This record gives sequence, C-alpha cells and structure tokens, in this order.
Amino acid sequence: MSKKVLVIGEAREGSLRNVTFEAIAAANIVSDGGEVVGVLCGDGDLNEMGQEMVYYGASKVITVSNPDLKTYTSDGYAQAVYQVIQDESPEGIIMGHTAIGKDLTPKLASKLESGLISDATEVVAEGGDIVFTRPIYSGKAFEKKVVTEGLVFATIRPNNIPALTRDDSLAGSVSEKEVEISNIRTIIKDILRKSSDGVDLSEAKVIVAGGRGVKSAEGFEPLDKLAEVLGGTVGASRGACDAGYCDYSLQIGQTGKVVTPDLYIACGISGAIQHLAGMSNSKVIVAINKDPEANIFNVADYGIVGDLFDVVPKLIEEIKEMKVNA
Amino acid sequence: MNIYVLLKRTFDTEEKISVSNGVIADDGAEYIINPYDEYAVEEAINLRDEHGGEVTVVTIGEEEAEKQLRTALAMGADKAVLINTEDDLEEGDQFTTVKILEAFFEDKEVDIILGGNVAIDEASGQVGPRLAERLDMPCVTTITDIKIDGTTVNIERDVEGDVEKVETTLPVLVTCQQGLNEPRYPSLPGIMKAKKKPLDELEIDDLDLDEDDVEPKTKTTEIFLPPEKEAGKVLEGEVDDQVKELVSLLKTEAKVL
Repeated sequence: MSKKVLVIGEAREGSLRNVTFEAIAAANIVSDGGEVVGVLCGDGDLNEMGQEMVYYGASKVITVSNPDLKTYTSDGYAQAVYQVIQDESPEGIIMGHTAIGKDLTPKLASKLESGLISDATEVVAEGGDIVFTRPIYSGKAFEKKVVTEGLVFATIRPNNIPALTRDDSLAGSVSEKEVEISNIRTIIKDILRKSSDGVDLSEAKVIVAGGRGVKSAEGFEPLDKLAEVLGGTVGASRGACDAGYCDYSLQIGQTGKVVTPDLYIACGISGAIQHLAGMSNSKVIVAINKDPEANIFNVADYGIVGDLFDVVPKLIEEIKEMKVNA
Repeated sequence: MNIYVLLKRTFDTEEKISVSNGVIADDGAEYIINPYDEYAVEEAINLRDEHGGEVTVVTIGEEEAEKQLRTALAMGADKAVLINTEDDLEEGDQFTTVKILEAFFEDKEVDIILGGNVAIDEASGQVGPRLAERLDMPCVTTITDIKIDGTTVNIERDVEGDVEKVETTLPVLVTCQQGLNEPRYPSLPGIMKAKKKPLDELEIDDLDLDEDDVEPKTKTTEIFLPPEKEAGKVLEGEVDDQVKELVSLLKTEAKVL
C-alpha cells in the first residue's frame, strides 16, 4: 500500500547531512511507490538544499525559513514541523538518528500519540509490513520491529542505509511555507564548537580510536595525524576518557557512542565487552596493541602486535606514500 | 524542590547477550540501574542538598526492580515508587511507558524531572522528551551541567561533541549525559537507612488506566544475535613490513583506502 512519507532533513554548517539522503532512501522503501515529501527548517534561503533533496529522490520539498529556526530548539522545530505535518497528513515520517533527530522525534511522536522506532539500521517491505531492524544492548543483539497502529515513524542510524544515487535530472517542487513560532522555552545562549572537523563520530567513515595504551593527552597526537591523513576522526575508549586523556564526547562503547564506520583503527585499546558493543559492527577493524592476548584481536580483521607509538607514525608515512604513488 | 528521577533497571554492561525462545535470555543475569539514570540519581541528590526538598525515584517494571530502587535510596534519594506492570501488561513500548508516567505525574507538583538520556538495553531515548511533551514542560536532553537559581535554569548540553549553553525555567525535564557527575557508591549507613525509606508500589489500575489505554503502537517481531565476528589476521614479521602489509591489505583486500 503506497504511503505519503515525510523526511525531516537536517543541515550542518550550511549543507545537508548525508543522513538526510539516507532518510530519503528509507522513506522511499516505506512509501512503497507513494510520495516522499522533504521538509527543511532553518533561516535564510533553503531553496538550494531543498533542490538537493529532490535530486536524491524527494518528490517535493517544503522549506520553512524563520529567524526563530536559525539554531535548533526543540520547541521551535517541533512547532514548524508539526504545522507541515498538519498540512501534509503523512502516513510515515523518517529522520536521521542524530542529536537533533533524537531530541525532536520523540516530542513529535508524543504530540501525535504515535509510535516511534528509533535508530533503525535497516528498513524492508515484507508482505505488507514495513520491518525495521535496530540494534539493542548496544549492538550485542538486534530486533525487528513493526508499527502496529498509526503513523510509521522512525529514525535511522547514519551510515547504514545507502542513499540513492544523486540524479540532477529529477524534478520536484521546492516551496516555502510560512509558520508561526511562539513560546520557545529554551534559549540557546552559546554553542562552543569542540568537534574540530565538523564530522560527528556517528557519521565518520574512518575512526582512529585510542585507549589507555595512549598514556596521555599528548599521546593522542599521532592518532590525530593518522585520522587526518585518512580523512577520518578520533574516538576513544572509556579507559582513555576516565584517565582524562580526552573528552567524554569522544567515548565509544555501551556508554558513549555506537559507531559503524568503514574503517575502525583501535590503538592501545584492550577491547572490553562494553567497548566492543560500541564498535564491533564497523565494516573493517584494525587493532594495534602491545598485548597479543588483548580481546580486541578477537574482533579485528587485521591486527598488529606492537607499540602504537612505533606503529602509528610508520602507518602514517606508509599511507602518505601510497597516496603519492596512487 | 520536588525532584523526580525516572529510573530503569537494565542488564549489567558486563553481560553477554543470548537469545532463547525468541527473547533475550535473562536467567542468572546481573541487573543494575541504567548507567545514565545513575547520573540522574546523583544529580538529583546534589540538587536537593543545594536547594532543599525531596528526591523521589520512579520506575516501571517488575517486583525485582525494587532492588535498584533501594540502591537509589541508599545513594540518598528520599522516596521510591515502583509501578508494577508484571501482572497487567505483556507488551509495551515507549508510548506505553509514557502513558503510565503521564498518569502518575498528573496530580504531582513537580519542579524538575531527571532521567537518563538513553537506556543501554532498548536505547530508544524517547521516554524523557515524550513525557515532557505530555506534561507540557520544556525538555533539555543530554545535559552535562546544570545550575538552578530561583526558577532560572542554566544548562550545558552535549550536542555531538559540541557544548550548547541553554537557559530555561522550572519546571523542566532533563536527560543526563555522561560527564555530568560521578555517581557515588551507596555507603553502608546509606544502605541501612534505605531499608526504612518509603517505597510505594502501584499498579496501572491505581492510576486509572487499563490495558487498552496503554496498548503499544509498535511490536517486536524478532530478536537475533549479530553474526559472530571471525577473528582476523594478526600480521607477523618486522613492524615496518607489517605496516606495509596492512596498508596493502586495506587497499586491495578490504578496499577501504
């Protein structure tokens, strides 16, 4: 049965996040030949980004521009999206399971008295049902979930559902909607940017992670350099965070972030079960550790037994050389 | 201040997960307070010590959840409430949970509700923001710092690694993120005192709800374990050669470079 499905798009520093295109692909499955409608909130001209959503498969896009939507607030965005939902009456809603997605979608689902399936890694149409697969116990197990009543509302984990191929011959309308926004109860005073490269761990294609073996905050320097040559970002185990070598926002594991990059390089990480829960679904895992018995080698595709301070700089040089020769 | 904490009993993070008869096997499993809810309990106690008032810890679940409530009382919470759904509900989802909590909070005077930002088992992270919406309160998720001055609340929250400074007012619902505090261990005198602190038990009937009111909107159809990851290749030889081999494997075999 074909459905009209709304995709809530999300921009970061002026461009759409890749998960928005992945959400369109997921919505395409949920819609089963129906209409995929994009919605985009912000302040200023959103037309170009709306057009981009069309190229990735949205049949039409509604942009909502308002000074009160310049920075995300739950109250502001919920009001804007809710008014679009009232206009469009979708039967499904899909958004990325990002900081904004996690904050906004439960609020909307509660207002709409609907179910919400969070953090799906797979969406398939199976005999009339839309079946979502999602990790539970931080990826130690998975569950399949269906909506039994009402709206098919879900968030999808970045990096798991492939986006459709961009096709700039696709046509679709991008129209602007005016909304009333009032009573924003949380005022954003300031945002301190700590993530240097703007790539969030959950969306990173390459992660270089350090554990207790990194030994100090300065010990992260070679890891930063390795991440840089690979175009990736740096993460950490709880051990490294607890020891004060880095910020808790970098923590990967059962408490902390769950990540699924294409390449995960674990440096000086022993591989406690809680850490494995956060990264063992990465596509390719490399472990560098002095201890040949370290648990991390049990999940690694490739392992090097050695001192990370010896191995990592050599690895950086080798990759640089490969790039020069390529 | 009337301070409430939403708490969930979860598997210990050390537990290996296995599936039997289509459900997660729980025989012999160790349970703990969901680690993120532990931050909420700790912060609630600190807020009470600073501003006065009372901390009430609320959970929905089975009889056994009493143990985690007693732990929260031993940490320093004043009262606990167990909404026991063991006999009434076979299934539930976040809609169910929030419907019950909404009914519970209906006649309560509340200044602040604290919860974990996510539970480590089902990990939906929905309950906090959903409940705030039902109670018409502002909601601030993933907080790493909170200061209350009169009715003004200043919060720092973690947004994918960035720090957002937010001002709001009481009453408010917040969900706690790692880095907020270091939860204390219950002291021996705390454990002794906890035994005498009030722990009320309610059923959904006491909240004027029946099974139909809280019927879930979603259903789990299957639970399975991910394919076991095969141990890979540990490289051998001199470090320089290993590094060369690794880069070559990543390029040609794994195709990630």
